[in-house]
Amino acid sequence: MTVQQAIRPGATGEVVMSARHVAKHYGAVKALKGVNFDIHRGQVTTLFGENGAGKSTLMKILSGIVTPTSGQILLDGQPVTFSGANDALAQGISIIHQELALAPNLNVRDNIFMGREIRTARGVDFAEEERVTRALMEELEEDIDPLTPVEELRLGQQQIVEIARALQARSRILIMDEPTSALSASEVEVLFKVINDLTAKGVSIVYISHHLEEALEVTDHAVVLRDGEMTAWAPRAEIDLEWIVRNMVGENFDLGSPPESEMGAPALSIEELCVPDPSGHGLVVDHMSLSVKAGEIVCIYGLMGAGRTEMMECAAGRLAASGGAVRLHGQDVSRLSIAQRIEAGLVLVPEDRQRDGLVQTMTVGQNLSLASIGAFTRGLFTSRKAERAVIETSIREVTVKTDGGGAMIGSLSGGNQQKVVIGKMLATRPEVILLDEPSRGIDIGAKAEVFKLLAETAKQRGLAVVYTTSEVGECLSIAHRIVVMHRGRIAAEFDHTATKEQIMAASGEAVHH
Amino acid sequence: MADITTSKPTTGGSSMNIGKILLEGRAFFALVAIIIVFSILSPVYFSVGNFLIMSSHVAIFGLLAIGMLLVILNGGIDLSVGSTLGLSGVVAGYLMQGVEIPAAGVILYPPVWAVVLLTICLGAFVGAINGVLIAFFNVPAFVATLGMLYVARGVALLMTNGLTYNNLGGDAALGNTGFDWLGFNRIGGVPIGVIVLALVALTVGLVLARTAFGRWLYASGGNERAAELSGVPTRKVKVSVYVLSGICAAIAGLVLSSQLTSAGPTAGTTYELTAIAAVVIGGAALTGGRGNVRGTMLGAFVIGFLSDGLVIIGVSAYWQTVFTGAVIVLAVLLNSLQYGRTGR
Ligand SMILES: Nc1ncnc2c1ncn2[C@@H]1O[C@H](COP(=O)(O)OP(=O)(O)OP(=O)(O)O)[C@@H](O)[C@H]1O
Ligand SMILES: [Mg+2]
Repeated sequence: MTVQQAIRPGATGEVVMSARHVAKHYGAVKALKGVNFDIHRGQVTTLFGENGAGKSTLMKILSGIVTPTSGQILLDGQPVTFSGANDALAQGISIIHQELALAPNLNVRDNIFMGREIRTARGVDFAEEERVTRALMEELEEDIDPLTPVEELRLGQQQIVEIARALQARSRILIMDEPTSALSASEVEVLFKVINDLTAKGVSIVYISHHLEEALEVTDHAVVLRDGEMTAWAPRAEIDLEWIVRNMVGENFDLGSPPESEMGAPALSIEELCVPDPSGHGLVVDHMSLSVKAGEIVCIYGLMGAGRTEMMECAAGRLAASGGAVRLHGQDVSRLSIAQRIEAGLVLVPEDRQRDGLVQTMTVGQNLSLASIGAFTRGLFTSRKAERAVIETSIREVTVKTDGGGAMIGSLSGGNQQKVVIGKMLATRPEVILLDEPSRGIDIGAKAEVFKLLAETAKQRGLAVVYTTSEVGECLSIAHRIVVMHRGRIAAEFDHTATKEQIMAASGEAVHH
Repeated sequence: MADITTSKPTTGGSSMNIGKILLEGRAFFALVAIIIVFSILSPVYFSVGNFLIMSSHVAIFGLLAIGMLLVILNGGIDLSVGSTLGLSGVVAGYLMQGVEIPAAGVILYPPVWAVVLLTICLGAFVGAINGVLIAFFNVPAFVATLGMLYVARGVALLMTNGLTYNNLGGDAALGNTGFDWLGFNRIGGVPIGVIVLALVALTVGLVLARTAFGRWLYASGGNERAAELSGVPTRKVKVSVYVLSGICAAIAGLVLSSQLTSAGPTAGTTYELTAIAAVVIGGAALTGGRGNVRGTMLGAFVIGFLSDGLVIIGVSAYWQTVFTGAVIVLAVLLNSLQYGRTGR
């Protein structure tokens, strides 16, 4: 419709790279349908769009990972074709992937230099690599030792490593596909500082995020993709949040308010729970107590490393506690296995969907039904019909964009994969659901859908919901109660009338604005 | 929503082109090609009689390969199946010779059904040791089963002192005849070994496709952490696959020693490699989570019909080895074509 705008003459900033009528088809799926897209020198261009709109696909094309079905890429006005990611890198284009692409067994330094080691006559110059890594970590204000294996890092820290890896290449075009999905507010601020430094040096940046307000802070241009087509383009001065939402999904979404559910007896009680630090020193969860009633929704806010993930993993049975108890309807479940806890109605939606959430060798449907096999087993055998019913309900409930569930899970967009992880656990009809950063990578429309679903289930079936988030805005939505965690303890508790500033201050986070 | 121009699911359907059909059905087409080529080269190859004989050879590898498939689906490997096969044969032979109980001064001759049952229990026991070492003590599958490869073989050699039990026919007076039934008899002209293979293959195929255990196995082979968090008892599944693999090896041992009416301690040496090859030719991924019984059976028949064909047309044993190796590598090459295709 408004494609001509993209090539609008007189747009600020010289265009360094552009896509012309780029299309990408995966079999019958048209991920991109002839998109025009410009990257301006020394400026940030943000790409907005729903899950599955084609954002990552376009970025993978620009960085040489995917070859377009048709269309052209221009670099400095000259048509180029990339033979692969390394080719694009050699021409000064690097990418931070939405799904982390690190080698977990290698340390931070080796991951950052993987495939681009600093070589000397006597082999790899590890000392220099380590020095550069330290400098990068300093730049990102992160206290990570270059020699730590990546698998020992929290998800947010892994994302920092992924960012550092892209920064290290010192490319002139840097593509960031949801770089902040696992970062805390203060880490995001540091990243924005880094982005500003880079653009001042003439580096061009493409930014993708579902945290719309955050993205508005850094961007110079906004481009909206919808169903594989570019539907709107505007410089920063002409846009606001409402403009983005209207162009992305057509209407304004509200994350909802706490449902008026009838609160019953405590469904989940955590008493004096302690979880030891994996390094062996101290506790990541320190004598924490929390009680959640049936029908109640609790949001847990905290910085990275506050112990939220560990608390949830321990409650779900993945981590062993060193003290305290976890009770479900008054029954101690501390000795039960994960499977038994799921059976009893206590489920966890993990934070890291690639590592803990999805089975990549299975289809969308098999992933969705994995946790509720019992529900469609008749005697010895599974019933195909009953399974299809389970899958179809889930796809509808969490609005997964897929046709019927027969496709491989890896062919879904990142946000839709996240919805599958949530849908899988909801399909078990739990009584208590713990969601660790459930909104990671899902668009505002889907976020609203998921929150609405949780709120409705809490109201109608008395589901007790505990979710974590690192976006304060999400605390003040459906949660009846907001619990702020700091260093493994509860630092403060608020009801839904609290302000963002109060919550952030309690978490130990410096409040700006 | 992205456009979906047809309502057909993207897997299968009319959009499949010839290349894709050839790639996905490669084991089947390879088998057809082998049969055609050898039928042209040798007049005796293409006959029901010959197919049945070759199939009874395939039965041994096929049984091992089904057990191996379960282990490989789980992301593991079982190098001990050849030795377990040998040990099972020897134990069956030992039981057939009679068990002397010195305290009572009697020699017990267990009936054949008891021999079969005890041998299968032995296979399960060997598998259980593998499984427990791997699932509970975190010994890598390759190492644990490599150790078992040596131990089981050693025990077989110790039991027989390196000799072979001949004459497993039993004695009517002792009530233990019928051991050769497994290897020699036929039902409707089909050798019992082949029928056993078919039954095992059907059962395992059904278990994989239609039971909770099958789904657990695919899930824990694809991503163990995610499976565990979804409530899959991953350790139980892991122990089970090694137990099942041990049982398959014991059944194969029984069929083989019955076919030979003798049980030697070195029977089944390197058979584990043939079993792995059959699984891989059948399209399973060594990284786990992908593969099925149909493919594995085709893989076993490809290997069996190829090597028997080479024997029939009189190719030297050395060339047979070369051909088998080439087929395996070619199959893995096609595997990586099928699974390694990225979105490019
Ligand atoms: N390898 C693939 N095979 C088949 N379909 C694919 C493949 N990769 C992407 N798609 C499809 O292309 C469409 C666009 O996906 P893409 O990952 O670009 O979305 P996105 O805008 O990045 O979404 P998100 O915000 O969820 O990350 C989706 O419908 C997706 O299912
Ligand atoms: Mg994406």
